[in-house]
Amino acid sequence: MSRTIHISPITRIEGHASIAIQLDEQGNVSDSKVHFMSLRGFEKFVEGKPAEELPRIVNRICGICPWHHHLASNKAVDRCFGVEPPPAGRKLRELMQTIAHAEDKLLHFFFLAAADFVIGPDSDYSVRNVIGVAKANPELARKVVQMRYMAKMILERFAGKTIHPVAGVAGGFSKPMTEKDRVEFLKQMRELLDFALFTIDFAKTSVFPAYLDAVQSLGVIRTGFIGTVDEKGRLNLFDGKIRLMKPDGSFTDFDPQDYTDYIGEQVMPYSYGKFPYARCWNEGFSLDLDSPRGIYRSNCLARINIADSMATPLAQAELEEFREKFGRPAQATLLYHWARLIEEVYACEHAVELLEDPEITDTNIRTKAEPGAGRGVGCVEAPRGTLIHDYSTDENGLITRANMIVGTTHNLGPINMSVNQSARLLIRDGIVDEGILNRIEMSVRAYDP
Amino acid sequence: MSVKIAEEWVNACSGCEISIVDMGERLLDVLNLVEFVHIPVLMDHKYFGQLGDGSRLNIPEADVGIITGGIRNAEHLEVAEEMRRKCKIIIALGTCATHGGIPALANSWRFDDVMERVYSTETTDKAGFRPADGVPQVLDACLALDEKIKVDVLLPGCPPHPDQVFSALVALLEGRVPELPDKSVCDCCPTLREGKGQLKRLRRFLENPFYKSPDEPLDRMRCLLEQGFLCMGPVTRAGCGGGKVVPRCIAARVPCRGCSGPVRNDGNQLLDMLNALASNGIDIESLPEYTSLLRFSGAHNLLRPSSK
Repeated sequence: MSRTIHISPITRIEGHASIAIQLDEQGNVSDSKVHFMSLRGFEKFVEGKPAEELPRIVNRICGICPWHHHLASNKAVDRCFGVEPPPAGRKLRELMQTIAHAEDKLLHFFFLAAADFVIGPDSDYSVRNVIGVAKANPELARKVVQMRYMAKMILERFAGKTIHPVAGVAGGFSKPMTEKDRVEFLKQMRELLDFALFTIDFAKTSVFPAYLDAVQSLGVIRTGFIGTVDEKGRLNLFDGKIRLMKPDGSFTDFDPQDYTDYIGEQVMPYSYGKFPYARCWNEGFSLDLDSPRGIYRSNCLARINIADSMATPLAQAELEEFREKFGRPAQATLLYHWARLIEEVYACEHAVELLEDPEITDTNIRTKAEPGAGRGVGCVEAPRGTLIHDYSTDENGLITRANMIVGTTHNLGPINMSVNQSARLLIRDGIVDEGILNRIEMSVRAYDP
Repeated sequence: MSVKIAEEWVNACSGCEISIVDMGERLLDVLNLVEFVHIPVLMDHKYFGQLGDGSRLNIPEADVGIITGGIRNAEHLEVAEEMRRKCKIIIALGTCATHGGIPALANSWRFDDVMERVYSTETTDKAGFRPADGVPQVLDACLALDEKIKVDVLLPGCPPHPDQVFSALVALLEGRVPELPDKSVCDCCPTLREGKGQLKRLRRFLENPFYKSPDEPLDRMRCLLEQGFLCMGPVTRAGCGGGKVVPRCIAARVPCRGCSGPVRNDGNQLLDMLNALASNGIDIESLPEYTSLLRFSGAHNLLRPSSK
């Protein structure tokens, strides 16, 4: 008998979504959909607000990556008002964003994803979670909590608020860094870098090897990728050109200001979240597993794929090892977990670099802004992907129009494809158990939506 | 016997959940004292049974139910009502849950207008339909929890500081009702106030406030409102700085925007602020616009679509 299986809600992810899998008369998968439930309307309700207030409003789009919304918004406001932050103001923004990346990846790997690998995909849900992980490995759990807390406390101590930050301001940053703070934070970020190296080593020796079969099969699809690179083609999380790569590895680089020429969004009947696609490929939009059209992915695996190289030595060594094993571009969805830990190394190394730069304590951190009419696109790499804020202002500097493309949304189409692929792979003749359904969710969790 | 906790996020951004995680090692101590029976961000308990074959949304019984976010759609409402049925005590955690929070800014528009914009941005391909298949129906307005269910404890903050979350959990474990300070942010703000002054107009926050050096203590910096910047401290509930007490935005040398909601639970941050400014002889026309003053507390019918 045909029926629908609901996985509701998808758990251990960072947003609101559910899965509906249709089985046919024989109990095989005929269709699947991932419903993205959230619709708040930031694009509308920021209209009429003073532009300089937006970085303190739109950070509420996401409580996990508020720094990235905050800073993409700051960049957009700077451009609307035609103001350029002084070098130290820019570096302080970048430092905060980089540390936010570092803590976020630890959160995802250990708190959300690890249970599937450490406790096991078929174990009971009451222990297949971070609480179970902490009980099974209390020493490691305490270390993880300490390390992540240390990074968060740098953000709190220096910038006041770690969640829904306020210290990025039109024209720069709200306060300079003292030498005392710089020395202290540098010591802490070096410690975090050591932990990042421990983590990727731990994952490569004790976590991933047991799941290499799953990596090769679960949620695997073939798509393009998006990310941001510097002028040398190296990954840059804070600034640069957007690189859009086709599934065959060829790519185009473009200025974020021109994003509307490259990216389109499809409205889907079953999701409040829109599905972005590569409009510039002129092949339309399709989630067909065998011949997808216009589909590309974002977040860490995408960035590891689009980057020619990493700008820091330890992350570069990790990239080389990864590329040696999996090629470029690597398509296996579970490799997001591996790619995330390479980025963790990069984020820690780069934060150390920024803190070693004497200019970061310069007291010239903010250029006075004048409200006025303009348009500005602000873009950063949020943990979940290329984040775009695009505003227009009137002569009083009030918002007249806003468009936002949020990092995770680039992956909404691919997540649907991965769920479809894994459901077809795992569900046969109507046989479904908890382990199967959890594996299907694992193909979503890899994207960290 | 450990205390059972169920946690849910409805029209939320997950910032409150991250604030729980940001308790640091205290979280590990809490986990030894409580048993989470349902918390979607961390645990795989499902609404319709673990195989998704149930017909009714089900959340296990718990001593304490924590809900973050306000109510914006039919599923949020269903989840909130189920939490109320199954939990002895309901805590509204965070300003979205207590006063609507930032998403309630949408209450200034009819939701149709909001949808119209979202589905017609310059990057969106024209569709000719709105999503309706398997997605919950959106309500007319973004509501605070207590507009739909009885709430026992209100714990505002955007997000509440981990210290506040920890204190509240400790109070509940000890069988007490968590108490909130009924002071304003100004009452806890260390900056220097010199009293009613010559200030006639407010400036927008387009330059940094004055202070002498990067390491000048906050208690040597003049009050940001007295420096001429809009600061919502007078009409906002204290406590955002947690155990360290100093308001968090002030610690960044940035004025308050009211994220902990009104000082009195039923206060109106917009009217209270305009009154405070006017009674100090400050020209309220110098503000670029007003609805931003209700940006955290627009539920309870305080923000409404303009009648046109």
